[in-house]
Amino acid sequence: MSDKIFQEKIDAEKKIEPKDWMPEGYRRHLVRQISQHAHSEIIGMQPEGNWITRAPSLRAKMILLAKVQDEAGHGLYLYSACETLGVTRDELIQQLHDGNAKYSSIFNYPALSWADMGAIGWLVDGAAIVNQVSLQRTSYGPYSRGMIKICKEESFHQRQGYEIMAEMAKGTPEQKEMAQDALNRFWWPSIMMFGPQDSDSPRTGNAMKWKIKRQTNDELRQSFIDKTVPQAEVIGLTIPDPELKWNEKRGHYDFGEMDWEEFWNVVNGHGPCNKQRLAHHKRAHDNGKWVRNASQAYAQKQEKILKS
Amino acid sequence: MGENTIVWEVFIQSKNGLAHKHVGNVHATDKVMALENARDLYTRRNEGSCIWVVKAKDIVSSESEDSEAFFDPSNDKIYRHPTFYNMPDGAKHI
Amino acid sequence: MSNLFTYTIRIADSALILGQRMAEWCSNGPTLEEDIALSNISLDLFGQANGFYEYAAQINGEKSADELAFTRNEREFFNYQLVEQTNGNFGKTIVRNFLYDSFIFLFYTELANSSDERISALAAKSIKEVKYHLRHSKNWLIRLGDGTDESNKKVQDALEELWQYTGELFEMDTIDTELMKKNIAIDVSKLRPKWNEMIDSTLKTAKLNRPEDGYMASGGKKGIHTECLGFLLAEMQFLQRAYPNAKW
Repeated sequence: MSDKIFQEKIDAEKKIEPKDWMPEGYRRHLVRQISQHAHSEIIGMQPEGNWITRAPSLRAKMILLAKVQDEAGHGLYLYSACETLGVTRDELIQQLHDGNAKYSSIFNYPALSWADMGAIGWLVDGAAIVNQVSLQRTSYGPYSRGMIKICKEESFHQRQGYEIMAEMAKGTPEQKEMAQDALNRFWWPSIMMFGPQDSDSPRTGNAMKWKIKRQTNDELRQSFIDKTVPQAEVIGLTIPDPELKWNEKRGHYDFGEMDWEEFWNVVNGHGPCNKQRLAHHKRAHDNGKWVRNASQAYAQKQEKILKS
Repeated sequence: MGENTIVWEVFIQSKNGLAHKHVGNVHATDKVMALENARDLYTRRNEGSCIWVVKAKDIVSSESEDSEAFFDPSNDKIYRHPTFYNMPDGAKHI
Repeated sequence: MSNLFTYTIRIADSALILGQRMAEWCSNGPTLEEDIALSNISLDLFGQANGFYEYAAQINGEKSADELAFTRNEREFFNYQLVEQTNGNFGKTIVRNFLYDSFIFLFYTELANSSDERISALAAKSIKEVKYHLRHSKNWLIRLGDGTDESNKKVQDALEELWQYTGELFEMDTIDTELMKKNIAIDVSKLRPKWNEMIDSTLKTAKLNRPEDGYMASGGKKGIHTECLGFLLAEMQFLQRAYPNAKW
């Protein structure tokens, strides 16, 4: 009975709020998806954070720091949304550390040159934005509101990356080479960010029915590629896919086959930086423990004073 | 934050004269920290002129199963709205 | 180098170096909320540095703001040694910043009265920012000092370690005195009593002991630094140095 009312509500495009009844599967799917999204924002701080101290100008330094800071904020918005489903942030962090929660595989690739800051902003944020714009219409209220806020704030992120790429592409030969190299390394991982093809994506069915996801992986991927190819042409860089071709009939770009073996390898923990990223997060968390304990002890003391 | 710190709901007044609006939450161990965390997270883009923080556990919410009993009874009290009334043609400023 | 140029660049250098140290915290904060707070401080400091460098670039005309930041050597940096000290644990960062924030708040407050309009305007803008930084470091110092035994010990140790870098904050040299005659610079030695008051009252609330004034380091204003500045600059300046003709 409840299931039927729930689905009617979803079909009528009504938002589900924390105190509303929801099927257990819906809740579980949300916790998994939102926490994965939150962890991605937080782990995603690392490859870029790694270049803040080496940014080549004061302007670039401030922009990059503000961007990485936004990612921390967005992780926080998402943890908040997830907490409305009855899971604490501590539990979510624990799941991340235990390896029971995933984050976007893209962050398991290393950021090796300044051009990677361009490629990450342009491609990785670009791909994330395509996904997030779609998720603004997701059926769970707190997630949808979080996405709206995030999309609003992230609008500068992709531009920041594209600007770096554009500057380098018209810079010295060395800079152009760095930019092309970054595009070569980040192109395929970026389009794999949308996940497996629809035919291999078992959970898409329910997620679409419940309107947690509003578009399928393949639809989102196509939309990203269609947007990005002309942007590469404008700045004179070459997308590393010989099969990439405009298909007049489909009204879309055709593109080559992704390396799914690599995709699953990285997802399953065998990417270049999986261990490093998680170790970094754990280290920061562990190093902060005495600070958290101290502030808690302080608060308790203050409360005692107030009561006496 | 960690290890069962307190969750604080954050309300921001975007401009002097407007109402405070709920924007989200932060974790903090004390109220001073809650206010500062809210400032650092929610007013990075010039969004605020005043911040309220309140412990999430102190907020009392109506339950969704009560929503019919709570809110439907006001549906038919249309006389509470100015459009309910017939005004003679030509009457102004009323 | 004119006195005004050197004076301006000293202020910028301290802001830049501390900003760089704070940026190192990104993704390493004790909580996510705190990570964001530390980045905010860093951004304020880079903004201050940029403002003063731009003015310096205008006075001197040889190097742009970015060139001043990214192409000078260790001996040409005039920041206080206090701000170049490594972050250490979160407590050490808080102590370093608290000692500096207390000073620089008083400094900018006075400097806002400078007869040089640009300097006065830059100082006035910075006061608001460092007032918040001071609030942040002070509140944390109190939490950590009056938190657990472990946290108290950590910040007390940091105080003992960093105290030697506070003497330099109040030193005057000929550049200061020359510019003071024109009411451009301020007399930092006069800030000491107020600074002492601020430090003492907070340390008391935080249940910490004020270290004895023993050996005091000196030299930042003359470009003499501790060993850690070289590493900071090597990292910060790498791209500009490796690709001298590139624009980014």
